[in-house]
Formats: sequence, C-alpha cells, structure tokens
Amino acid sequence: MSFLPKPKLHHPKLPTNALGYTRRDYEGAISTLCAGCGHDSISAAIIQACFELDIEPHRVAKMSGIGCSSKTPDYFLGASHGFNSVHGRMPSVLTGANLANRELLYLGVSGDGDSASIGFGQFAHSIRRGVNMAYIVENNGVYGLTKGQFSATSDKGSKAKKGTVNTDEAIDLVGIALQLGATYVARSFSGDKDQLVPLIKGAMRHDGPAFIDCISPCVAFNNHEGSTKSYDFVREHNEAMNRLDVITSRAPITADYAPGEVREVEQHDGSILRLRKLHAEYDPTDRVAAMHHLHERKAAGEIVTGLLFIDPDPRDLHANLGTVARPLNRLGDALLVPGAAALEAINTGLR
Amino acid sequence: MRGPVTATNDFVVKFANVNGSGSASANQLFAKAILRMGIPIASRNIFPSNIQGLPTWFEVRVSGEGYLGRRGGVDLMVAMNPQTWERDVAEIDPGGYLFYDSTRPVPQSRFREDVHVIGVPLTAMCNAAYTDARQRQLFKNIMYVGALSALLQIDPAVVETLLSEQYKGKEKLAKPNQEAFQMGRDWALANLPCPLGLTLERADKVGDRIYVDGNSAAGLGAVYGGATVCAWYPITPSTSLAEGFERYAKKFRTDPDGRKRYAIVQAEDELASIGIVIGAAWNGARAFTATSGPGISLMQEFVGLSYFAEIPSVIFDVQRAGPSTGMPTRTQQSDVLAAAYASHGDTKHVVLLPEDPHECFAFGADAFDIADRLQQPVFVLLDLDIGMNDWLCEPFAWDDSRRMDRGKVMTAEELEAGRVFGRYLDADGDGIPYRTYPGTHPSKGAFFTRGTSRDRFAKYTEVGAAYVDNMQRLLQKFETAKGIVPRPVLRQAAEPTRTGVIYYGSSSAAMREALSALEAEGIHVDALRIRAFPFHQEVERFVADHDQVFVVEQNRDAQLRTLLMNECGIVPQQLIPVLHYDGTPITARFIRAAIGDKVLAQILPFAGAAAE
Ligand SMILES: Cc1ncc(C[n+]2csc(CCOP(=O)(O)OP(=O)(O)O)c2C)c(N)n1
Ligand code: SF4
Ligand SMILES: [Mg+2]
Repeated sequence: MSFLPKPKLHHPKLPTNALGYTRRDYEGAISTLCAGCGHDSISAAIIQACFELDIEPHRVAKMSGIGCSSKTPDYFLGASHGFNSVHGRMPSVLTGANLANRELLYLGVSGDGDSASIGFGQFAHSIRRGVNMAYIVENNGVYGLTKGQFSATSDKGSKAKKGTVNTDEAIDLVGIALQLGATYVARSFSGDKDQLVPLIKGAMRHDGPAFIDCISPCVAFNNHEGSTKSYDFVREHNEAMNRLDVITSRAPITADYAPGEVREVEQHDGSILRLRKLHAEYDPTDRVAAMHHLHERKAAGEIVTGLLFIDPDPRDLHANLGTVARPLNRLGDALLVPGAAALEAINTGLR
Repeated sequence: MRGPVTATNDFVVKFANVNGSGSASANQLFAKAILRMGIPIASRNIFPSNIQGLPTWFEVRVSGEGYLGRRGGVDLMVAMNPQTWERDVAEIDPGGYLFYDSTRPVPQSRFREDVHVIGVPLTAMCNAAYTDARQRQLFKNIMYVGALSALLQIDPAVVETLLSEQYKGKEKLAKPNQEAFQMGRDWALANLPCPLGLTLERADKVGDRIYVDGNSAAGLGAVYGGATVCAWYPITPSTSLAEGFERYAKKFRTDPDGRKRYAIVQAEDELASIGIVIGAAWNGARAFTATSGPGISLMQEFVGLSYFAEIPSVIFDVQRAGPSTGMPTRTQQSDVLAAAYASHGDTKHVVLLPEDPHECFAFGADAFDIADRLQQPVFVLLDLDIGMNDWLCEPFAWDDSRRMDRGKVMTAEELEAGRVFGRYLDADGDGIPYRTYPGTHPSKGAFFTRGTSRDRFAKYTEVGAAYVDNMQRLLQKFETAKGIVPRPVLRQAAEPTRTGVIYYGSSSAAMREALSALEAEGIHVDALRIRAFPFHQEVERFVADHDQVFVVEQNRDAQLRTLLMNECGIVPQQLIPVLHYDGTPITARFIRAAIGDKVLAQILPFAGAAAE
C-alpha cells in the first residue's frame, strides 16, 4: 500500500517542487537559538537543499548529538523522524539506524564540541567505516550551549570572549575526514548560502560518507575581535576552491562557461556535480593533493572552502558487510528464524 | 594411610595444564566420552587472562545423580603443570589420587602420604614415539586420556567414535590421535592396577540433554529472536557470544548469492556498540550487544537514553570479577545492581537471569520480544561460568508457530485511518505507548526523539508536570513488566518449613545439590529461583511466608539482596546473605555448609557475616 503525500495548504503562489511540496513543507518547529546564530542559516540551507532535490521529507532520518547545533534538527524537516541523542554519540546512533534500513537518507548534524571533542572517536570511526550519510558539523569553535568554552576546533591563538587565548592545537575535521576515507568532503560557511546549499545537495545525493565542515559563527560567545570563527574573520579569510551546482535530471544546463572552467563529476545515483573552478590547479578528485593543498593554504592563513574532495564511485558500510538489499528492519520471521527442525539438528550435534 | 576413595559415577577429576599446550581438546574428549556413556558430567575451565604459558585447570564433575554444579574438592588430580604442583597436590581430598608424568623422578617429599600416586612416563613415551616437538606436546595430552580410560574404565569404543566424528573428512588426523590414545591405554593396562577405586559404569542418565556453552546458546537465541544488528567490542568472557551469533547467523541467514540477512559491527568501544544498537532499534531492527562489566560501565549514559527515549535494546552481560586483567577471567555475579539501576536519573531496567545454556537460548530469544513489548533496555545476565563452560542441559526448544512480537508499532494503515498517535501517550493504560518507525508515512507519525523534555505527543516542553507525568507512566510500565518477564521457579521442601532460600543464575546447579544434601540431614528449606527483575509478586509472598530467607549470590555486596530489600520493602534481618566471590564457581559444599551450619546452630547472623 502506498500513501499519497498530502502537502499542507499554503499560499497558492508559493512555488512547488516535483512532489508538489512547497519550501514550507520542509520546515520544522520555530528555532529557539539566538537571533543571528549561524546554525539557523544552515537549517535554512538544509530546507532549501531538500526542497530543491525533491526529497520526500519522511524518507530522511535526521540525527544529532547534544549542543545548540544538535538542537537544530527540530527546526527543519518537521515530517521526518529525528533523534537528538547524547553528546558526541550521534555517529554510532546514525550507523545503527543506517544498518537497520539502508533505504532512508541519513542526515547527521553535530557541533564542533560534539564531533571534535567528546565525540572525536565516533566521528572518526563512522567515517572510516563508510557509513552512507551526510554529516554536517556546525562549527563555531566553542561550546555554545554551555556558554562559550573553547572547543577542539578553536584555532591556536584564538581569543575567547573573556580574553583567554587558546593554546591548544586545533583539530581540522576536514583533514581527518580526508585521511579516514570520506568520499565527499566539503567546507563552507553559514554566511554563504549560495555555496552551502549546493554542497548540502551534493552530500545528500552522495552514496557514501559525505562530510561538510560548516563554519557557523556563535553570535553569543565567539563573534568578537580576536576570534577566528567570527563572521568578519571568516569573510576576510575565506578562499573558495570552486563553485558547485548539483544537477539532477530535471534541471537543464543553461549557463555558459569558458573552456576548462567547468568540470563535471557524475555521482552513483546519476546526479551531476558541476564544479566551476576558482583555482585552476585544484583537483577535487585527488585525495592526497587535496590534503596537501589544505595544509599549504592553512599555513598561509586561508580558510579553504568548497567541494574539496569527491570520489564519484564510493563504497559504503553495507557493501563492506555484504548485507542484503532489502532493509534489515523489513525482514520477517521466515527470513530470520531458522525454525524447530534446524534447532533439532543443532541439538543432535551437541550430544 | 587412609584407604583409597572408591566411587562409581560420582567423583571429581581436575586437570592442571599449561595454557596453550593443546590440552583443551584432550580434556574435552575425556569429558565427552563419559557423557556418551550416559553419565552426567559438569565441566569447568579455570583459565588465566593470557593466551599461552600460564596455568589453566579443567575440572570434570562426574555425577550419576545429575548434579551439575561444582561439588568442591578433588578426587583425582591430573597434574600436568610443574608450576602449580604444590597447590594441585594440596587440593586433593584425603584418599584421592594423583596422576602425574613420571618421566623425571619426583622426590618423595613432594607427594602426600594420604594420596595415591599414579605415575605414567608420558614424556618418555612421546619422545620415543614422535620426533616433531609439536606432536610430542599434543599427543602427550591424548596419551593421558588413554591411560585414564584404562584407570577409570572409559569405553574405548566411545573414544574411537568421538575421534572419528571430530576428524570427519580429515581421517588422516583421526588415526594418529587414535594411536596415541591406544598407546596410553595399553601402557596403563600393562603397568598399573586397573581400574582404580574410581570407576565409570555405563548408565542412562543423560537422556536427550545437550552439552553446550551458554555464550553459544545465547548467540543462537539472538538468531532465533530475530536480531539483525549486533554491535560489540571484544571482552572476555563475552566475546564468544558475539562469535556464536555470527557463526549461527552465517549458517542460517546467508542468501544464495552470499549476502547476509544480518549485520555485525565490531565497534571502536562499548559506547559505540550500544549507540549502534539504539540507532538500529529506533529504526525498527532488532539489535543487541554483548559485553562484560567494564563495558556495562561505559554504556551507562546510553542505557539511560534507551530507557527514557523508550527504545528497545538488548544487552548481554557475561559477568566477571573486578576491573583490569587477571581476576576478570574468573566468574562472578557482580553486575546485578549495575544492570538493574544502570545510568543517571531515575532508571530501572528489566534483567533476565538464566541458570544454564538452555535458558541462555530461551531468554536470549525472549529478550527481544520483551524489549520490543516494553520499549526499553533488557539485560540478560550470564556469567563466565555459564557463558564459557560447556553445560549439560535440556535441549533447545522452539515452537514453529511462534512469531516475533514487535510490540506496539503503529503502521501507515493505522495512521492513515486516523488513529491518534502520541509517541508518549498511554493509550492502553499499561504505560506502554505506541511508536512508529522512521519513513512510515509521508505526513503522519513522525516525531522527534529526545531523552526527556517532551509531552505526550513528543513536543518539546520543560514543564515540570509533563516530566512527572512521563515518569509516572514509566513506573506504570515497570509494573506491566512484572507480568511479562519470566516468573520465579519454586522448589518446595519435603516438609513444611519457615526457612527459605533465594538464588539465581549459575548458582542453581550447586544449589540443587546443596538442597538435597540439606534434606538428607533433615534440614528443610523452600527454594525460590529468581529469573528476572522486576520481581514478581510471588517473590514478596515467598519472603513473607518464611521467617528467614537465605540469599545465595556470587558477589561480595549481596546485590540481589539489596535489590530485594529496596524493591519489595523487606527488612534486612529477614534476608541472610550467603556470598561466594573468590572467582571460582560456587560449590554445593559451600552452600550446604553456609546454610546447614547456621540453621543447626540456630544463629542466623545478619549482613556482613557471610559464610566462610
Ligand atoms: C556527557 C555530557 N557532557 C557534557 C554535556 C554538556 N554539554 C552540552 S552541549 C555541550 C557542548 C556543545 O558544543 P558543540 O557541539 O560545539 O555545540 P554548539 O552548542 O556549539 O553548537 C556540552 C559540553 C552533555 N550534554 N553531556
Ligand atoms: S549560544 Fe551561540 S551557538 Fe548557541 S544559539 Fe546562541 S549563537 Fe547559536
Ligand atoms: Mg560549537
């Protein structure tokens, strides 16, 4: 039995997507975050991306840990199941959910404290296991929810609101994701919606571990002079490698590009990632070169953004484990329970 | 000198070996041969936490009466480890036997006057028969089984059958084993007075029982229970449970094209293991983890989430002693409180307490129905003794008409038909709400899962009354659980008595024997075996019906007793702890002495004054 989606009644002029949904059908509860918080812009970008991709909201499972960032799944995709789990442990919960039903889309939302501090291990292991997911870290360099302590992504030398200077080395989650085999790696900025929306779309259409480090200023605790995660600082130091367009079959190619300016990568599911190069020499399909470039530009004080790496032919955890195509949560007794006769044979072998 | 112990089908043989010397399979052969003669046995490994070189013991209790617990004491010591000679010799009961490798002379002073010595030049015989060092080592073990077969009257035909079964398809290996066995046997027949005072006589006391370890049984139970996701992190003594699941799942759940109808993840730690279980269960798969005490400690936060967010999760805890390595490869029942009250906040959980591998299988499967029906964590508490030793137990049983009970899951059809869905709404008055799986319906039934701070319809709220409302419902659910979990089992004494005993888990076998011994002495004790927490009303009634109730446990702090006092409002004076926690499995003699002496002395001291 299938059920026809029944879009809510909205203003008749609101544009609809291929499913007949408006952008509002992808919204969630009202945000309780501070006005101007970067995280809210990311929620808006997620809504936009899912709307544009014609995703059925109920086919998405949104998972998070604990933090201001992890609260946000309540504020988008209200028709999706969501899971606000425990601090730093979203990756394992998402991994389990994915194992249970490989057919849904898994969107993991986390913070820099959640993923780089308490949950660093789970972040790393979910990536190296190849879980098919879009994993977004809303990175503000502090613990927002506990009022502004440094997190593990705070840059060395960065100044806290109260004046303390961070003396610890920062963890670059993009570098770790690259090293551990993520097959889609991007960095973006909550203040650059044009860049962020296509990056989220590409990640949602990627069939493997897709990771986005999204710098997302905390207006309450880390948007001051001396912070390296403030709106001003990021705008000044942002160096985009490319501009992405995600083209599904519905969207015809329109714009003109100069020769060599554009590179197209086809993903597993047929979607096309069209990359307009901003740095001619940057090759996002070369993992080692990407890592090298990242280190080099970081040393030069730049924040490198864009689609930094893409493996168009990824393998995921299910492929590694060799599980059946049908979701495990839909297998019934006949396929799972061996029965009395088989048990009697086991008994015989144990006598 | 005391005369030699004589007994037929009722004695204890203990093998002292060096870990990694290949003795395990020879000792198994010895044990199984006796079983095949129709004589019940109980066997136990006592092993160090390393792979090679340290002492290891294997104890075989032969009991025509069918007592499967440890009796205590040793009648025949097979002392193959010079390192532990002193203590092994010291452990033999007066009048017992010492079997040793007599290749090198042992000074008279190292024997005991009251023990009968049987020397077999095993090393010399092996050195003469084999040139390869590995063969010399391996066949020495089979050779002592051969010698013992002559001394104890093991039927050699049974051994031959066992060897040919073991090496089916590898006949080349069966032959040399057979020869080594015969060599040892022939030597003993020619050079020793056979049989000893200890003899075996064919019987028909085994019936259709099976001989299996609890971890394999629980792993098989999880397969029958319909588990599809297993996430675990290696830890003795639970590792072989996950491995058992894998072995049976591979056998029964592999599609013709090789693809698997199950997923096993060896996670990076126990936090991830339980996280994966919770994620999978949230998404409608049956999922479990297997661990031991240290893993339970690490899982605390997540267990609370599973409780509050009402997500079914199954946790097998194969209990062991204390932290770090060493003692942890010894048995204990010391996670009872840690499991029952796991996590922060007000929590309490269902705990199942199987007594043997038969129940490990049964509860292993039932745990998934119980977890789904209650939507909360279910702990299945094994211990090293049940988990890693082969036990003689009733065969596994399954009813083909049984179907997985997934509990209250609202379907797309029901949502479409307009049924009210409130994730935390007590629609049926039993405290158990309905849930939906993600992806069920395009516009109905989705909800946002959080630990707390939500109303009956899963909407965010920090209102105190909503929190209390939810907590009260969880209590109601715990009441409902009492009717769902396995009931206690009563064994009434032959005569009316005001003395009772409560026991659980692996103590059960030794308990049964102790009760018979007590009865023979005229001490009548009613016995209640608890099989689950929360406690059934029957437990309270049992305590009320007796003046004093012994509580037999394998831990220091009388954990089940604490739980009984706490949950049933029982006065401490009424519950007398009997505690065994040195890391070896509890014995019938220990229990008999602890209860018998106190009853006879009419002094029934209270807490702390544990027996011995
Ligand atoms: C086990 C545990 N320890 C500590 C906390 C307290 N805590 C809540 S959120 C948080 C930090 C969140 O930081 P981040 O992930 O960066 O999210 P942000 O609020 O900055 O978006 C901490 C430490 C907790 N919830 N759980
Ligand atoms: S404290 Fe910071 S991170 Fe949290 S909502 Fe406010 S601005 Fe956002
Ligand atoms: Mg943060």
